[in-house]
Amino acid sequence: MRTAPDWDVDALIDDPATRVIVCCGSGGVGKTTTSAALAIRAAERGRRTVVLTIDPAKRLAQALGLQALTNEPGLVADADGDLHAMMLDMRRTFDEMVETHAEPGRAETIIANPFYQTISSSFSGTQEYMAMEKLGQLAATGEWDLIVVDTPPSRSALDFLDAPQRMSTFLDGRMIRLLSAPARAGGRGLMKIVGAGFSLFAKAVSTILGGQLLADASAFVQAFDTMFGGFRERAEATYALLRSPGTAFVVVAAPEPDALREAAYFVERLTAESMPLAGLVLNRTHPARADLSAARARDVADGLRGAPLATAVLRLHADRVDLAEREERLLARFAHAHPGVAVARVPVVAAEISDLDGLREVGARLAAAATPPPAPTSLRTAQ
Amino acid sequence: MTTTGWPDQLAQARLHVVTGKGGTGKTTVAAALALALATGGKRTLLVEVEGRQGIAQLFDTAPLPYEERRIAVAPGGGEVRALAIDPEAALLEYFELFYRLGMAGRTLRKMGAIEFATTLAPGLRDVLLTGKVKECVTRRHKDGTPVYDAVVLDAPPTGRVVSFLDVTKAMADLAKVGPIHTQAEGVVRLLHSPLTAVHLVTLLEDLPVTETLEAVEQLREADLRPGAVVVNQVRPQWLPDRSVTAAANGRVDAERIRAGLASAGLDLPPDVIDGLVAETVDHAVRIHAESLALARLDEGTDLPRLELPTLIDGVDLGSLYELTEELVAQGVGAGVPV
Repeated sequence: MRTAPDWDVDALIDDPATRVIVCCGSGGVGKTTTSAALAIRAAERGRRTVVLTIDPAKRLAQALGLQALTNEPGLVADADGDLHAMMLDMRRTFDEMVETHAEPGRAETIIANPFYQTISSSFSGTQEYMAMEKLGQLAATGEWDLIVVDTPPSRSALDFLDAPQRMSTFLDGRMIRLLSAPARAGGRGLMKIVGAGFSLFAKAVSTILGGQLLADASAFVQAFDTMFGGFRERAEATYALLRSPGTAFVVVAAPEPDALREAAYFVERLTAESMPLAGLVLNRTHPARADLSAARARDVADGLRGAPLATAVLRLHADRVDLAEREERLLARFAHAHPGVAVARVPVVAAEISDLDGLREVGARLAAAATPPPAPTSLRTAQ
Repeated sequence: MTTTGWPDQLAQARLHVVTGKGGTGKTTVAAALALALATGGKRTLLVEVEGRQGIAQLFDTAPLPYEERRIAVAPGGGEVRALAIDPEAALLEYFELFYRLGMAGRTLRKMGAIEFATTLAPGLRDVLLTGKVKECVTRRHKDGTPVYDAVVLDAPPTGRVVSFLDVTKAMADLAKVGPIHTQAEGVVRLLHSPLTAVHLVTLLEDLPVTETLEAVEQLREADLRPGAVVVNQVRPQWLPDRSVTAAANGRVDAERIRAGLASAGLDLPPDVIDGLVAETVDHAVRIHAESLALARLDEGTDLPRLELPTLIDGVDLGSLYELTEELVAQGVGAGVPV
């Protein structure tokens, strides 16, 4: 089987040229934990670090001293270094953005619009867009050696890259203008072809959605129009930041087929966009810790009498070896399709992470990939 | 307290909504449930709504079009069909029906106009998706018998499922009259009736159990009916109960293990014994955490419970049938009116 190259995580976080680390991956693979673990490790190795978390689990948030949505970095007092942490408040980030960019007097109108309230709280790409905006703001302060960003728990890791663009298309008002005044648009270009169909469509949409909603949307877009340029510029600046050499993407996956498939899509996408990929974190692995094959263990267990503890140990070891081999097979499949992507395996931490020591432990396991533990090496080649 | 199995009220349901925290295996469970309910000559429909093509991946087939297709044969001569509902296609279909857009429809879709309309009113998307599901559930042959004995919906995850199913709320976004409104009223009736059950897939871990209990609460508040809790990926326990607590705290008798193995002629060096001890502690910690999670589940809900074993080699078509057998053995499919 092809094996993936080991990844030296410490080299990445110690490098002063690394300014932004973005942790991506599908939901439930441990992105937030990985982000926090990277951040505390970087901070304790001497870099002034801030971690932007999104929707962390309660105990992880408490471990970082985050009691509620903060939206501004707060010092993690118990860290043995300069670590700040924050939890994205998407609604407030959006409001602040409107307040900064709207013409005087317009901000209140926009924020009070029912349509704005829908968009700022429940549009499917808002969280991603606001995470990017916040990253842009943090980077602009120039205060941080390193910014570690967690990404929203979307189904697909790609949403993080696509959402801002979708949001942009949505907000630039072309569609809404067409819908509210299809006749006017009907005379030009593309509209000529679909003109009649579009009028029908607009009529259908307003029948279904009701006039009020369209009126709200229309008012919103008009008010928003003047600040849209500023919005787009910012989004483009952040996008450029993501492509700059100071940024490193870390793809997080669980050793499961679905998560690795998402990771593979994401790796391909990063390559296509020439965005810098640092490596893959294969999170919560179950490496065998004793050099004894599963077949042998089961064989001995079958013949063992009067030693229940030893029998149980052999059986649980055999299961563990099977699981470890399955995980290595899945990783090998990924490595085969994406040779050259460095991998850090992070063996599962049995308990839920509830304090900084837990995060430090994850950080140590992340970094250990480059220096394999003295465990029997023949295990690795058990395949 | 939790009961096990598949009580009569679930046997009566015709729409089985399957939800769960991301990563708990809800698509796999939905597929096994569709197979179990089709066992013995019945016909079921397995539906997905998130554009993920999870069903096609599971059954190892080409991506599903917006069209009902036979995807598997159930034990005892039943069949499972599958459908991937795409909200944009559903909206176009709907427009086609009432407004005759013709060719323009496709162009509009390309321009993003359809996506725009469904984004404008997030509720519209859900109304369209559930509307199509309802149409499948209630569709009948000419002789009046239902086309599908049961419909299994691979629904959005627990965090979103209540807003997805709460069509009444979504309708607030929409015009108060018109064909879509009438359709939505029918969907509301179906979803809140005993014909619909919302099953929750969980693992015996802290966060999935918490989400499951929260979802049960929210479903009841929204007057929707929780069905069964499916505990997925149950792993074998090798250590006897009495040893678990001590081992989870790191107290494992290495010498007893060494001697036991030696009695079977297996003499292992100390570092290998240490490795085995470490694995034993890991195992005990997991078993201990699982029993706590199970206790919380038992305390927090009285829903019937189904259990599915973990598949060490991952899920493929063959193992899907193993899971199906497990469900059938626990009573799923029994007593469904034909």
